[in-house]
Amino acid sequence: MIGVVLALVGEGPTIPDFGRGSDCVRGRGQFCLDWVVDNFGDQLLPRLIEHIELTAIAVSIGFVIAFTAALLAHRYHWVKTPFTAFSAFVYTIPSIALFQLLVAVPGLGLSWTSAEIALVGYTLLILFRNILTGLQEVPRDAIDAAEGMGFTQRQILWRVELPLALPAIMAGLRIATVTTISLATIAAYIGVGGIGQPIFDGIQRGFKTQFVAAGILAVTLALVADGLLVLAQRALAPWVRYGR
Amino acid sequence: MDTFFGALEFLRDNPGLIWEKVLQHLQLSAAAIGVALLIAIPIGVGLGHVHRWSFLAINAANIGRALPSLALISIGLGFLGVGFVNVMVAMVILAVPPLITNAYVAVDQVDPDAVEAARGMGMRPIQVLTKVELPLALPLIFAGIRTAVVYVIATGTLAAIAGGGGLGDIIFNQPSYKLAGVIAGSMVITALAFAAEGLFAVLQRALTPKGIRGRETATDVLLGPPAIESAAEAGA
Repeated sequence: MIGVVLALVGEGPTIPDFGRGSDCVRGRGQFCLDWVVDNFGDQLLPRLIEHIELTAIAVSIGFVIAFTAALLAHRYHWVKTPFTAFSAFVYTIPSIALFQLLVAVPGLGLSWTSAEIALVGYTLLILFRNILTGLQEVPRDAIDAAEGMGFTQRQILWRVELPLALPAIMAGLRIATVTTISLATIAAYIGVGGIGQPIFDGIQRGFKTQFVAAGILAVTLALVADGLLVLAQRALAPWVRYGR
Repeated sequence: MDTFFGALEFLRDNPGLIWEKVLQHLQLSAAAIGVALLIAIPIGVGLGHVHRWSFLAINAANIGRALPSLALISIGLGFLGVGFVNVMVAMVILAVPPLITNAYVAVDQVDPDAVEAARGMGMRPIQVLTKVELPLALPLIFAGIRTAVVYVIATGTLAAIAGGGGLGDIIFNQPSYKLAGVIAGSMVITALAFAAEGLFAVLQRALTPKGIRGRETATDVLLGPPAIESAAEAGA
């Protein structure tokens, strides 16, 4: 521990201390908080940022697809069944299997695209169902009133139906985000980084501190994201009474 | 495409191995579901019967979904060590929340008129629960069980990294089984998830009292908690 601290604060060139951690780290016994503190910046933080990127991109693409599909299904009812069947099919495939199956597809392989395709796939069912349910649960009276005021179909959609569907849409975004954070840890197995990487890596090397710290980080990220989305939900739809 | 043919050959050449891992996988999943049911159903049904703590019961599933399964297993690995216990604990923690939420909503949403009528006929609370609320709630409770079973089977794959056995032993061991084996294992676990989904859909239909059949479509129950949550929050 002292050696590490001296190397960090001492004068002269810093000699990287490969494989020689503190007594705790070398002992490989219990959880070593000093390792987490020393290595957070260069070992965990970059993975955390990758994880947030993976999640944000998957949820954004998934939202665009699901939103379009839900608007179509809202207007043309026949769209609902095939899209639901397709997205439910994808959702049921265990994630590690889907990642591996995509890796076997020629042209995809161990790539970031494989991971994102799977992650986007898992968001579709959740987002589509919540957006469509939200749109369909808009009270008939509100739509009648809008029609009576001379709104066009387009105005009714954007000014009445979508705002009233917002709580359900936000609930869907929240579930999709948290689910994607969870699944993205597993995506690390096909080499796209994220918090899953130090978990798999630590387990492989038998380094308890690393995988436990990364595991705690993943849980924290999921809970923080969930909390932030609840706040966003309340800010965007303040008229809904939450958590009766 | 060669990889997929390779995987099919792997399946053809190693029926014994696949069968052994499938059995391990099913045993582990069944044990986890069994324990989770014993914990979750009494809590969910009890809370639904008294119509209290809805916030807790409805949000249980959200919190459960927020826990990354891999992270849970890795934390467990740190504190409980390699083996069956760690994997069981992680899987039970993941299975309990959707079960509680569905059981709660199922019982809570039973038509109050039916409950009133039962009381009016002189039924005791326990009779109201077993003769009216539970039969009417059964389809939704089963939807939760179905969600949890598919979830546990999928998560069971990760058990391998904590020494729990199952199909993950093949999927996470590319050095021994090559890509063909990994893909073959992925195909088998996918088939297993769909088989469980189908089996429980049939069971759910069979257990639904005749009087309330056809009220819900297959897609409505596939993902019990999200639909319920959106309805609960949008209509709150």
